[in-house]
Amino acid sequence: MTEGIATRGGGWRRADGPPAETRKKKRRGGRRGGRGEVAMVDDVEFTSYYGRPIIKPPVWKTPDVPLYLFLGGAAGSSSILGALADVTGRPALARASRLTAGGGAVLSVVYLIHDLGRPARFLHMLRVFKPTSPLSVGTYILSPFGAAAGGAAALELLGWFPGLKRFAGLVSAVFGGPLATYTGVLLANTAVPSWHAPHTELPYLFGGSAMAAGGGITMAFTPVEEAGPSRKMAVAGAAIELVVMHRVENGHGIVSEPYHEDRAGLLLRLAKACTVAGAALTVVSGRHRAGAVASGVLLAAGSALTRFGVFDAGMASARDPKYTVVPQRERMAARAAEQAHASSLTQ
Amino acid sequence: MTSISSASPAFTGKDPNNRLFGPLPDVQGDAGYEAGHPERVGFFTDTSVCIGCKACEVACKEWNTLPMDDSHGTRDTMGLSGMSYDNTGQLGANSWRHVAFIEQVRTVDLPMPTFGRPGDDRQGSGPSPAVSGDAGSQAHMQASVLNAEALSEFDPQTGQSGTDKQVRWLMSSDVCKHCTHAGCLDVCPTGALFRTEFGTVVVQGDICNGCGYCVPACPYGVIDRREDDGRVFKCTMCYDRLTDGLMPACATACPTQSIQFGDLDELQARADARLATLQSQGVETARLYGRDEDDGVGGNGAFFLLLDEPEVYGLPPDPIVTTRDLPAMWKAAGKAALMIVGVAASAVLGSRRPR
Ligand code: SF4
Ligand code: SF4
Repeated sequence: MTEGIATRGGGWRRADGPPAETRKKKRRGGRRGGRGEVAMVDDVEFTSYYGRPIIKPPVWKTPDVPLYLFLGGAAGSSSILGALADVTGRPALARASRLTAGGGAVLSVVYLIHDLGRPARFLHMLRVFKPTSPLSVGTYILSPFGAAAGGAAALELLGWFPGLKRFAGLVSAVFGGPLATYTGVLLANTAVPSWHAPHTELPYLFGGSAMAAGGGITMAFTPVEEAGPSRKMAVAGAAIELVVMHRVENGHGIVSEPYHEDRAGLLLRLAKACTVAGAALTVVSGRHRAGAVASGVLLAAGSALTRFGVFDAGMASARDPKYTVVPQRERMAARAAEQAHASSLTQ
Repeated sequence: MTSISSASPAFTGKDPNNRLFGPLPDVQGDAGYEAGHPERVGFFTDTSVCIGCKACEVACKEWNTLPMDDSHGTRDTMGLSGMSYDNTGQLGANSWRHVAFIEQVRTVDLPMPTFGRPGDDRQGSGPSPAVSGDAGSQAHMQASVLNAEALSEFDPQTGQSGTDKQVRWLMSSDVCKHCTHAGCLDVCPTGALFRTEFGTVVVQGDICNGCGYCVPACPYGVIDRREDDGRVFKCTMCYDRLTDGLMPACATACPTQSIQFGDLDELQARADARLATLQSQGVETARLYGRDEDDGVGGNGAFFLLLDEPEVYGLPPDPIVTTRDLPAMWKAAGKAALMIVGVAASAVLGSRRPR
């Protein structure tokens, strides 16, 4: 039988490899250029250039970037809580929220700058404004937020200018929401398959996660009588985080896979355990000092682990050409089927 | 001075349809260049004549003084990839041309093809009805020397061992695609990446702060960060040479004209003709890659003629510029931010005021 000429690709296959890779990467197989692993599970067929990744995995470092995502989220949601607590006469909650927001803002700026290849050129970010670049937009969210939240926190500690402090707190609250959710766009607006596919869900995921973290942290630092809003926001945020994470993990076919495997899978399982435990503990014993602290810690840990897990899953999906090729092939097949259908209708 | 925008046309107000993808007839104009700018230039890389000599890689490294690296992009190390004659491995910060090399086999369970029977029973159609002997069919046979099976004997990329196994070498010089809608350019927060007057995409080394956003934004995995430098690097299509009216170094060095440089529309016409020729000669697996302006990136400034599926060469089969979906993402982020405010407000209002 002639294999080829009439078949797709002419029947050619790589001389030293299978016609299409059906191998599953083994654990620790994520290293660049690793190939020749034994099959674990029978997998979808795809072709690649010696198993090499097609897109470049992000050069962003961990823990810098996941911590930036976490701190920005916690700071953003607590700044909103702080402003609302301020106008409704909850001074202790306002104080804890301002300090959380300010601390998170300053630290997240540090992590963001530290991740640059040329940290000294950070200010180059401010020479243009580009709506097509989430990092550019984010810079214009983070800069005023950082100044306002950092300023409010500093004034809080120094006890100076209470009027200015309140004003700075309100300004930071305006930028707090966008700061917590733009990071979802930051990751999604890449060619990284497992980040791009859930591109409308990541902002909600990070928003929910931010509320869980912000609520949790402020709850731990506020007297329990005043921390009611923190508890409510934390539980609602945790619920949103869990629901959206479930959709991210299961709703995107093959590119949902990295969310279940290897380190990312482990981190996300831990994240879920912490978030569930933290939310439950908040409901059960959030009104006791020890319970509030414990659940605050659990919720913050859950939020941070979620960011680390999502980050890791994306990195894994970038390193394996499977996640680039297979969805694109599926897309092409769907398009071809649609065209065939359309042309059969017009005949 | 015209102000040259490094933003996507969709946001500069010069694009009436607010497109973040799709064909863009005047890329430079959309980027802010005034009428009278130079024609958009590009590369047409015809891999069917590539001999894998890597002259392009060398010329590029020399002209652009790129550091040495191994097949994983590690600087100043020499290493063999151990996978094929390709020891460059990939495009990266230090390799702006990369010649992919793939050895392929296929089984052909047939007697050696002979010239006496053009259109042999390879298609399973039995002996050809073509009569042999007269002058007409002789001429026909001569003309059909470049049909698929004859190609297997004459094409330097294809050899035959025995009667049942054919071997061919695929070689393709990969490069930055200088996309019509370049993900790298769209996401660059400093404006270091910009669209030149030639319609190409170039990084300004004195602006880039190494944020690394462009790296995962490129759907082709072209641009990368040089870790010891901190900034990103990629093909400039020899911007310095272009401004002096010279051809890019790789195209100048290519001995087989596999890399053709010129005005993009002219190259596109040439590529279409070349594809038609190859297909009429029976090379059914030939296809153009990056030529289609309706693809996910609005067509490439550097496009290819391939002899197999794109992913065989390490190219994505259906790349889409990530910013196509950005409006949906911003919408989601905006709504999610409102969600936070709403949840926080109801949490505050729903709690009893402390005594
Ligand atoms: S191929 Fe990649 S690096 Fe080159 S212009 Fe397109 S997006 Fe940018
Ligand atoms: S690494 Fe440099 S070129 Fe790439 S997006 Fe950041 S500033 Fe722009």
